[in-house]
Amino acid sequence: MTPGKVTVHTRINGEEVTFLCEPRQSLLEVLRMELGFTGAKECCNNGNCGACSVLLDGVLVNSCLVLAVEAEGKSILTVEGIAPAEGLHLLQQKFLEHAALQCGICTPGFIVSAYALLQRNPRPSEQEVRRWMAGNLCRCTGYDKIIAAVLDAAACLREKASGEVRVP
Amino acid sequence: MNEKETYRVIGTRPLRPDGADKVTGRALYGADLRLPGMLYGAVLRSPHAHARILSIDTSAAEALPGVKAVVTAADLPDVEAKVASLGEGSVNTRYQSWNILAREKALYYGHAVAVVAAASVHIAQEAVKLIRVNYEVLPPVLDVLQAMQADAPILLRDLRTDELGEKGSALTNVAAHHQTKKGDVERGFQEAAVTVEREFHTATVHQGYIEPQNATALYNQDGRITIWCSTQGSFGVRDQLKDILDVPVAQIKVVPMEIGGGFGGKNNVYLEPLAALLSKKSGHKPVRLTMNHADVLSATGPTSGSVIRVKMGARKDGRITAAQAWLAYEAGAFPGSPVTSGMGVIFGPYAIENVLLDGYDVVVNKPPAAAYRAPGGTNAAFAAEVVIDELAEKLGMDPLDLRLLNAAKEGDRKADGVAYGRIGCVEVLEAARNHPHYRAPLPGKFRGRGVAAGSWGNYGGKSSASASVNSDGSVNLVEGSVDIGGSRASISMQLAETLQIPVESIRPQVADTDTVGYTEGTYGSRTTFATGWAVYELGRRLIGLLCERAAQLWDVEPGQVTYEGGVFSCGGQRLSFAELAGKMDETGGAVVASVSVQPETWGPAFAAHIVDVEVDPETGKVDILRYTAVQDVGKAVHPAYVEGQIQGGVAQGVGWGLSEGYYYDAQGRLANASLLDYRMPTSLDLPAIETVIVEVPNPGHPYGVRGVGEVPIVPPPAAIANAIYRAVGVRLTTLPMSPARVLEALGKA
Repeated sequence: MTPGKVTVHTRINGEEVTFLCEPRQSLLEVLRMELGFTGAKECCNNGNCGACSVLLDGVLVNSCLVLAVEAEGKSILTVEGIAPAEGLHLLQQKFLEHAALQCGICTPGFIVSAYALLQRNPRPSEQEVRRWMAGNLCRCTGYDKIIAAVLDAAACLREKASGEVRVP
Repeated sequence: MNEKETYRVIGTRPLRPDGADKVTGRALYGADLRLPGMLYGAVLRSPHAHARILSIDTSAAEALPGVKAVVTAADLPDVEAKVASLGEGSVNTRYQSWNILAREKALYYGHAVAVVAAASVHIAQEAVKLIRVNYEVLPPVLDVLQAMQADAPILLRDLRTDELGEKGSALTNVAAHHQTKKGDVERGFQEAAVTVEREFHTATVHQGYIEPQNATALYNQDGRITIWCSTQGSFGVRDQLKDILDVPVAQIKVVPMEIGGGFGGKNNVYLEPLAALLSKKSGHKPVRLTMNHADVLSATGPTSGSVIRVKMGARKDGRITAAQAWLAYEAGAFPGSPVTSGMGVIFGPYAIENVLLDGYDVVVNKPPAAAYRAPGGTNAAFAAEVVIDELAEKLGMDPLDLRLLNAAKEGDRKADGVAYGRIGCVEVLEAARNHPHYRAPLPGKFRGRGVAAGSWGNYGGKSSASASVNSDGSVNLVEGSVDIGGSRASISMQLAETLQIPVESIRPQVADTDTVGYTEGTYGSRTTFATGWAVYELGRRLIGLLCERAAQLWDVEPGQVTYEGGVFSCGGQRLSFAELAGKMDETGGAVVASVSVQPETWGPAFAAHIVDVEVDPETGKVDILRYTAVQDVGKAVHPAYVEGQIQGGVAQGVGWGLSEGYYYDAQGRLANASLLDYRMPTSLDLPAIETVIVEVPNPGHPYGVRGVGEVPIVPPPAAIANAIYRAVGVRLTTLPMSPARVLEALGKA
């Protein structure tokens, strides 16, 4: 063991990952700099923008505000783990179909955040989506198409899950 | 041109070519890059708004284990003052160098003073704290009117007012006085039955891109410098580096990484020269510098706070007889506010006989202003459009009818004497007046509906592109335009339209400065217009080359081969694009072409916005209930991305109007340098934003394209102010119209 470094055992996107980190390193820094998961973006680095969103044991967190050592024994889902083995997740597909991104820097955070929302609430109202997403800043889109993409994805996922017929 | 009434590709909504990379986290932005042996940097920033730097001692920082290099202004060449064009503005190279690292004086809170490269970012941050700077603190100047006073503290030791082209003799903070005059405003005001005169104040605001500035540099042993960065224009970075570092262009290669927003704020370089110097000084190691948002807000961007006085007069029938404006814009620490572009916007939508505009560019102890979406336009339109609303009220006219009566048309001359070509100002105002939103009832207390118009001149500029045809009929496209919001799609679509092939057959790539011809940055609403024109020319050239190949196969003259509906033909012979592409090997090998254009027939853009608000009289908070934005876009190449540009501009304009603004304490320290305290709209602050696309094709573009991106930020603050007036009967003349300001206006503060 490297002096001053701590061993951390995690499961990232379904794979067991053990890493060494300094106690002062954030989970975001380790994901990006040590493990190559650069889908989580380092932007404000103080919990205001949501671009670094990941799920930690199923809970949506800003990974810049979590110390890497806190991930010991936990499972992490990053944007890289959202897509199925083939193709894109419906959320990702709907973001593209609705042109819900322009520069794209906030997009991974939004997709992880929307994924977490739909896990909890498969039938969110527009206002519920707007409230849930208020922790993710986007400066390009005015959010309009992002909200539309999430609502559309939610409807399609419900349809897929239950054979529910969509009301146009 | 515009002979085509129907398009196959233009006007459709294909998925963007870089889509999968962007939604899976695979797209590489500047901060995602890792190079072997890479070092990481940290910047020491001035804690004072205005201070003389007496000494800098870096010895303790240099002695810290893991530190590889420390750079101060002494390491930067002392370049001469010269003015270089920078897309949406110009920049004095010497001032820019002084901005990169403070030399003699720190001129704003956050001004970079020294920079360290180390084995880790944590070591670099520790090292920065060990640098000892001895400052003589000077009184700061934060207010534009205060800065203009004769006895104000002076920021720059060489600044004299450019008074309508004549240099003054005294040292001053007023960099320039510009004037535009048309007709005789005195006579115009005498003809007026009604006049309105008001003074407006607008806060310093930031572009607010989510991705902070970042730059990675490798200064190689052979003198070659490679820069990977987040920029709107890779060639602009190369030009600035050449001047600031005083090295030949041939030594610099700039690789534009994916860019996480810019809005004008990522044309100027900040970190790139520092990363290059650190790389050289640390033994040619790659060095990466990234900002956080405290750095971004305190030391990059912003756009000017301003004081604007507007007087307008109209006859009883509503005809505006005269308009006068006095505009003082903060430049930040160095000259270069967008005041002249504000002068261009302020009465842009109207044909007015008599106009007098006076604009002042004033330095203050804030970061130097950078372009921000329709630079200078939003503050200017806020002032003018509120005054027009009041004129309409005094005349008893509908505010859109008054605007329509005075709307600019083809042939009308702006204040600067330039005549408008075919523009869609009238069509936009009519579409707004006819929109159901404008006629919908708005019941409820403390609710009001406001409208405002806006204009933006747009731009053309230099663009290059090259393409090669593949044997399966697909086409690789290499362009120099950075894709900031879907331009890979809008450019590919114009090439596909020209080539009459599916857009999925185009594989676009944004190239570095060694790989593609000179291309200006993605700014000025120019990319879909000018780079689109470049690929139109490119497509025609490829078709010409392929006609030659077909002629060769069929043993006819190339002029006899026609290309229609994706098929080359001559007599009874026919070959599709893909079939002919498959025969390249037997007709002379690869088919490639490259073009460079500099079109000057861009068309101005006009917008009219309608907004419903509800004001909470207890808290002063303003909620946006409904928003409709109408805009002439020329021709919407990819309507979804056009809508997105409009919606994004509205959102930024709403922020500018209601919640965004810099707060400095008396010592000039920025008090809200975080994205929590610099309050940009969240998804919860905005309603759905309806867009109405009006298409008055620009006759100066093969596909009728006008720039789209900038004008939507122009009307929102004015439209909201006018809506607040209708809701609660008070005129707000200061931005942002925060709850505290609204309460104050209601007499409840």
